[in-house]
Amino acid sequence: MKAEATAADRQISLNPLKENQIIHKSGNGKGTGDRALTGMEAGGSRTRFRYPGSSLLAFLTYLASFVTFALILFLIVYIMVKGIPYLTPELFSPEYTSENVSLVPSLINTFIMTLVSLAIAAPLGIFAAIYLVEYAKKGNRFVGVIRITAETLSGIPSIVYGLFGMLFFVTTLKWGLSLISGAFTLVIMVLPLIMRTSEEALKAVPDSYREASFGLGAGKLRTIFTIVLPSAVPGILAGIILAIGRVIGETAALLYTAGTVAQVPESLFGSGRTLALHMYVLSSEALHMNQASATAVVILLFVLLINGLSGMLAKRIAKG
Amino acid sequence: MNLSKAKELFMKLVFMAAACTSVLAVFLICLFLFANGLPAIGKIGPLKFLLGTIWRPSNEEFGILPMIVASIYVTGGAIVTGVPIALFTAVFMARYCPKKIYRPLKSGIDLMAGVPSIVYGFFGLIVVVPMIRKLFGGTGTSMLAASLLLGMMILPTIIGPAESAVRSVPESYYEGSLALGATKERSIFFVMLPAAKSGILAAVVLGIGRAIGETMAVIMVAGNQPRMPAGILKGLRTMTANIVTEMGYATGLHREALIATAVVLFVFILIINLSLSLLNRRSENEG
Repeated sequence: MKAEATAADRQISLNPLKENQIIHKSGNGKGTGDRALTGMEAGGSRTRFRYPGSSLLAFLTYLASFVTFALILFLIVYIMVKGIPYLTPELFSPEYTSENVSLVPSLINTFIMTLVSLAIAAPLGIFAAIYLVEYAKKGNRFVGVIRITAETLSGIPSIVYGLFGMLFFVTTLKWGLSLISGAFTLVIMVLPLIMRTSEEALKAVPDSYREASFGLGAGKLRTIFTIVLPSAVPGILAGIILAIGRVIGETAALLYTAGTVAQVPESLFGSGRTLALHMYVLSSEALHMNQASATAVVILLFVLLINGLSGMLAKRIAKG
Repeated sequence: MNLSKAKELFMKLVFMAAACTSVLAVFLICLFLFANGLPAIGKIGPLKFLLGTIWRPSNEEFGILPMIVASIYVTGGAIVTGVPIALFTAVFMARYCPKKIYRPLKSGIDLMAGVPSIVYGFFGLIVVVPMIRKLFGGTGTSMLAASLLLGMMILPTIIGPAESAVRSVPESYYEGSLALGATKERSIFFVMLPAAKSGILAAVVLGIGRAIGETMAVIMVAGNQPRMPAGILKGLRTMTANIVTEMGYATGLHREALIATAVVLFVFILIINLSLSLLNRRSENEG
């Protein structure tokens, strides 16, 4: 702010007319803040007139940002308005029939899917991050390989994960179309996300914590679990919450791994559709578009909740 | 004493094993995709498969050129519509945004990134497609619809990294440019943006990766006709859409051909990833 103001002042002093004004003003003994502000505004309007290219760029910047934020708002509001009237009691009846197209079984499946996949992915990701931050030596070639593969994983589209899950978990391991096949596919999908966020969280823990712990005679393992991990919890949690968001919204990776049966299966080895899949089936059948938009509302509510939570965590991290 | 040492070693191995999971996963994905897809390409003939323009599984004709072209067109369309808006917004977030509204706007962008693709697809189906139908006639499910929707979806993907790329340019560049008499816009767009070039390019490549791999949203709005794209108002089918639409009932060579489609898609993604990591390395060196 300050730097900008002085820069703007300087800009004006190129113009002899304005220079007088500024000297006059400072002679008046006004607060420095006030002076900077007037200077900036004057500079702004003056240069705008002289350089139409600049005002065009400024206009485009504001226009594009307006478009972006209007789109977000429109998307959320439109789907809410469209879907909320159809959040009927039938849609929440405990059993699915082809008439009520209840979303309750899918909702339960979504919870199971989230729970199972994160119960596996979270420890894996956090442990991997611990290895990368606490154990691996700098410049280790093996670490480079891990980084590259994690990067590769995070760029693979979900349909490729879906196909891999179908070929490996469903066919080769003979788990069939089931929640467990879907969950394992999702584990691979969210693993790089959890790894990256946990790594950043662990790196942010000051070295003095570790040194103090070592100094008091604690071993490496003890230092990690009692000192480092607890201080990194908010960052790690933020990553896990993001992962939950991806699991809830995933469709393509689950279509051919978890299947689309609209029931809660008796065991993890049975097929069941999640909310996002439920919505996909409803909208591709095109018979229950209203119910599909109601399902979209439920998914969006989850997404809003998740974003709120991770935002709160981010604020806590920023505060320290 | 010895016990605790053993424990330390054991846990170190556990951590190491966990770190190997991603390596193992990439290895398995490559192995299974290539092992199941490459034989099909061999059977169909690589040239016939990659350059054939007719996809008619019932006649054992498997040419995926229409799908490759469609994926490239739709991604191109998304770049044309999405990238300019995303870059200007990134500049806005980094340099113009008043502090007071920065937080809500930032969480708006995060929200946009968190919205699942199926919801975008649904939005496209009930908003974008009818809009195109009204404006230009036809069915509305078209390349234009897919491009617009993808352009919207890649906004948050590009804005985030592009914003931090602009932010990482030293403030002295900006001040120096102002001191030489340049306007604020000139300083930002002609001094700071060129300095952030690598980072911005990396952001765009990230967006391309997202667009070319996008599946569910494209299926719902692109029309899914497996023929050469015939115009921006005509329907088309991308590689991703080809896999999802037909995998449900495909058997034998047809099924293998679909997996081979995924192999081609995977190779595209690997190339994009490679250029991305090269770009990232370059921007790290510059910074």
